[in-house]
Amino acid sequence: MTEIINLKKVTKYYHMGDNIVKALDGIDIKVSLGDFVAIMGPSGSGKSTGMNLVGSLDLPTKGNIFLDGKDISHLSESDLAQIRGKKIGFIFQSFNLIPNLTAKENIMLPMLFQSIEKEDREARAEKLLKMVELEDRMDHFPNQLSGGQQQRVAIARALANDPEVILADEPTGNLDTKTGEKVMTFLEKFHKEGKTIIMVTHDPQKALDHAKTIYWLKDGKIEKVTKKIKNKWKVVR
Amino acid sequence: MESGEINMIRDYISLAFDNLKHRGLRSWLTMLGIFIGIAAVVALISLGQGLQQAVLGQFDALSADRLIIQNAETGFGPPGSTAVTKLTEHDLEIISRVQGVEIAVPRLIRMGKVEYNKVASFKYIGDLPDDKEEAAMVYSTMNAKPIEGRLLTPDDRGKIVLGNDFLTQEEFGKDIRVSSKLNINGKDFEVVGIIGKLNNIIFNSVIIMPRKDMKSLLNIGDEMDTIAVKVSSTDVLVDTARNIEERLRRDRNEQVGEEDFTVQTPQQALSAVNTILNIVNLIVIGIAAISLVVGGIGIMNTMYTSVLERKREIGIMKAVGAKNSDILTIFLLESGLLGLAGGIIGAIIGLSLSFLVSFVANSYLGTDLLKIIISYPLLISAILFSLIIGAISGLFPARQASQLRPTEALRG
Repeated sequence: MTEIINLKKVTKYYHMGDNIVKALDGIDIKVSLGDFVAIMGPSGSGKSTGMNLVGSLDLPTKGNIFLDGKDISHLSESDLAQIRGKKIGFIFQSFNLIPNLTAKENIMLPMLFQSIEKEDREARAEKLLKMVELEDRMDHFPNQLSGGQQQRVAIARALANDPEVILADEPTGNLDTKTGEKVMTFLEKFHKEGKTIIMVTHDPQKALDHAKTIYWLKDGKIEKVTKKIKNKWKVVR
Repeated sequence: MESGEINMIRDYISLAFDNLKHRGLRSWLTMLGIFIGIAAVVALISLGQGLQQAVLGQFDALSADRLIIQNAETGFGPPGSTAVTKLTEHDLEIISRVQGVEIAVPRLIRMGKVEYNKVASFKYIGDLPDDKEEAAMVYSTMNAKPIEGRLLTPDDRGKIVLGNDFLTQEEFGKDIRVSSKLNINGKDFEVVGIIGKLNNIIFNSVIIMPRKDMKSLLNIGDEMDTIAVKVSSTDVLVDTARNIEERLRRDRNEQVGEEDFTVQTPQQALSAVNTILNIVNLIVIGIAAISLVVGGIGIMNTMYTSVLERKREIGIMKAVGAKNSDILTIFLLESGLLGLAGGIIGAIIGLSLSFLVSFVANSYLGTDLLKIIISYPLLISAILFSLIIGAISGLFPARQASQLRPTEALRG
């Protein structure tokens, strides 16, 4: 299978005053096209840092990151922005919709930065809203939507530029079980339609229920990697 | 530019506009500084130009071949009337003999108490010389033509001619017409004519009375308040003025710079007024500039606050693919729009204000002298200027916003 994301011996250090915090200490992560990967770990395990690096929101201190075969470890912030806008869709724990834009406008935003014509942006946003079953909430502002609805708008936004990868950071963390499940159903649906999903979570059950590959992180290192093969979990590394 | 880019800019503008609308009250408050500045500039410059025209109009009324001689004054009042030593027949004779002087006419201008319809008011009274030629010169200097009735002749007794204000103002609560009788300092005078409207405010409010009547009414001896001179041609005006000064100085045994009289040419008066108006304009522009700088700092402050508050939003935009230049553009457009809107509103307020002031001033003075001159270059440059101030003020905050690291920004 083709690798869409490949982290090679990636290290990320943070300076906290005089101390250096090793958030990630030489990890390798490979994400194959069409996979559903969970990055699992308790808080402080480095999974948020991992997600930032996987999503090209940040650059590693050491090591290389390949996105679709291209080394992005040393790109400028603007080049990174273009690439991530096209290839990666983000879903955040706290939804992160822009408050003064309507649901539809929020979904149109990523397309604006790819210089897509307004008519096309509108048409695509409406189509995506239909897919997440929110076509009747098109002109609502985020604060007029429930948490679950906001997260579905965020999913639609993540899909706006038809990226290969959807990166979800604790997508159900701020939702109750029922609405959380609904959000997961949509993620599953888009995965079945061919999207590569990377989900960061601290909840092992969520990872086991939905993912096909799980990276278990602990103290900035990968403890183990498990894969679901024929409905059985096997440790592969 | 390709149409795609134009569309992009349009979309960015609408995004920036949405952001400003969302922060309604704060956007308005931010614009306050700019629109006070622009309103001040537009109002004061429009008014200043109107004022300049009105004042210059006063001088248009004076012919370019006239000189006015008067003695140094000790207080405020009609020209020459408060001079300690009055001009005399002796002075008149000296002046008449100066080369270039065609005719020299002594003038009297005083205040008188006018009663009509039991309402009393103090008005300027000017004399009409006894000599027919001199009288004609007075009328031609004023450019006076009767709009009702006739002009006075030197032979009239107990009769007066009034300036146009008496016709248009309702100061006395009852219309004054030809053959109305006005009581001046206790004596009745019959109105024989009213002069058409003139550019000069004083001419419009003056009462003209035959000199003999005026002298006996106000107990004036042989003195004269001013001497009006008509020179033979405008080319010799300056020379003649200098010659008159020299002769009078020699006669009075005075040094240069110690004269107790003045010889005034229309140009002198004009340039003095122009200097004052220019100084007023400079002060106005200075005040307005300060206000605009303060407005710009206000925009900068708001934009910096906005960058801090919207850190997370910037992070989101970067996460969904906004380049540094996109963020820079959006923030610059926001501050530019603040400036632009402030400028447009300021220009409208400024114009309204100057119209209001001219309306109030004109109805108070009963004239239509103060006309507002709408200068489109002024309006356009004021609005452009505020747009530029907005954009410049937004430059540093916008740079700061665009250079935020996405992970840092997303932490909020």
